[in-house]
Amino acid sequence: MSQSKLAAPELAAIDIHGVSRQSFIMRGAVAAGSVYGLSAVGPFVRAAIAQDGGGDVDILNFALTLEYLEAAFYTQGLKQVRGLAGDAKSLATEIRDNETAHVRALTKTIESLGGKPVKAPGVDFGDAFSSPKAFLKLAQTFEDTGVSAYNGAAPMIESTDVLGAAGSIVQVEARHAAAIRLLNGQPITDGAFDKSLEMQDVLDAVKPFVKS
Amino acid sequence: MTGALQELAEDPGDRKRFLRMMGGAGAASALAIFIAACGGDDEESSSASSGSSTTMKSGGSTKGDLAIVQYALTLEHIETDFYNAVIDSGVVKDQALAETAKMIRDNEQEHVDALTATVKKLGGTPKPPKTNFDAVLEGGEKMVLETAATVENLGAAAYLGQAGRIKSKEILAAALSIHTIEARHAAALNTVVGKTIVPDGAFAKPASMAEVLPKIKPFLA
Repeated sequence: MSQSKLAAPELAAIDIHGVSRQSFIMRGAVAAGSVYGLSAVGPFVRAAIAQDGGGDVDILNFALTLEYLEAAFYTQGLKQVRGLAGDAKSLATEIRDNETAHVRALTKTIESLGGKPVKAPGVDFGDAFSSPKAFLKLAQTFEDTGVSAYNGAAPMIESTDVLGAAGSIVQVEARHAAAIRLLNGQPITDGAFDKSLEMQDVLDAVKPFVKS
Repeated sequence: MTGALQELAEDPGDRKRFLRMMGGAGAASALAIFIAACGGDDEESSSASSGSSTTMKSGGSTKGDLAIVQYALTLEHIETDFYNAVIDSGVVKDQALAETAKMIRDNEQEHVDALTATVKKLGGTPKPPKTNFDAVLEGGEKMVLETAATVENLGAAAYLGQAGRIKSKEILAAALSIHTIEARHAAALNTVVGKTIVPDGAFAKPASMAEVLPKIKPFLA
């Protein structure tokens, strides 16, 4: 069982610079053309955004939402998918452990930045648990989407330490993605450069699985 | 695509548009757009551009970014040369594995091409390293596969180690888009050689230049 550890322990001691959400949005609008439309964020992230904590907190809460989804997916899948065995089961177990650790670390990081972590969203994965094949198919989508989500959000991160943490996590998501693709008989990459997704597009992609 | 290229070249500071392109146009072509937009009339090698909205928004930090991109390019050359040497030698007998090596080689070659163009756009001169993998090849298929795994994991760690040092958001986005590809390669090769896909556990560890350079030295001629 992997031990949860902060990707960058020094985050715990990070100064809170008191960047208000208002100033972040202004800066975001000027500097980045509002890459991700905060107004379009779903209810499960809105709660955290109401709390001042700066742009990095918003991004971390976005990541936390995705990690909650993934952790729930693998946790529930391991219990519910009949016939899940061998390499697929081992991999799902490893990934579940990793995602659970990501949830813990992101929660701690957000708190250390003075932000309010989002709560675990209600989830519904439909018939993804009906067979190992269906489970692994959705797993591949989640991991690939996670990679694109982190890669899309990372350039907006202001703190170098938070960027390091995001990079540390996205690398693991990419490793997951490749391993699942191998099991699915799929190419391990889709081209030579991983795509980025804007937050809005990621939220749209995962909306079907979120109940709250 | 040409219209989009021109648009981005004319307003190269628009990160939002760039990032949209990364998702919509396909990352490879988007990277080409990014590289084109970083050059041309907007190429700023001096810090005099601090007042204007330049492509790289980097002012005097282009030098730092250039050094990082040249470093990444060196690593990509080593990887490409390695896979080419492996493929040419025929030491990997398994068909599926040989195909994987070719696919990875193709990815690395695209990285070389993109980073070479970026070095030039930043005003640098690409210097491909001279490499030699005889010792690895002589070790046979098992040694070759283990070396491949080692190199990919090292490459991923190297990119992660540089992410926080890159000043230009555009170059950072490009580096991140390569970083996760190296991670995919690493995970696949780890599986092939019977190692865990996540040797560092839930959080990948970065490697600094000082840590990486001695490890690639054996492959330099």
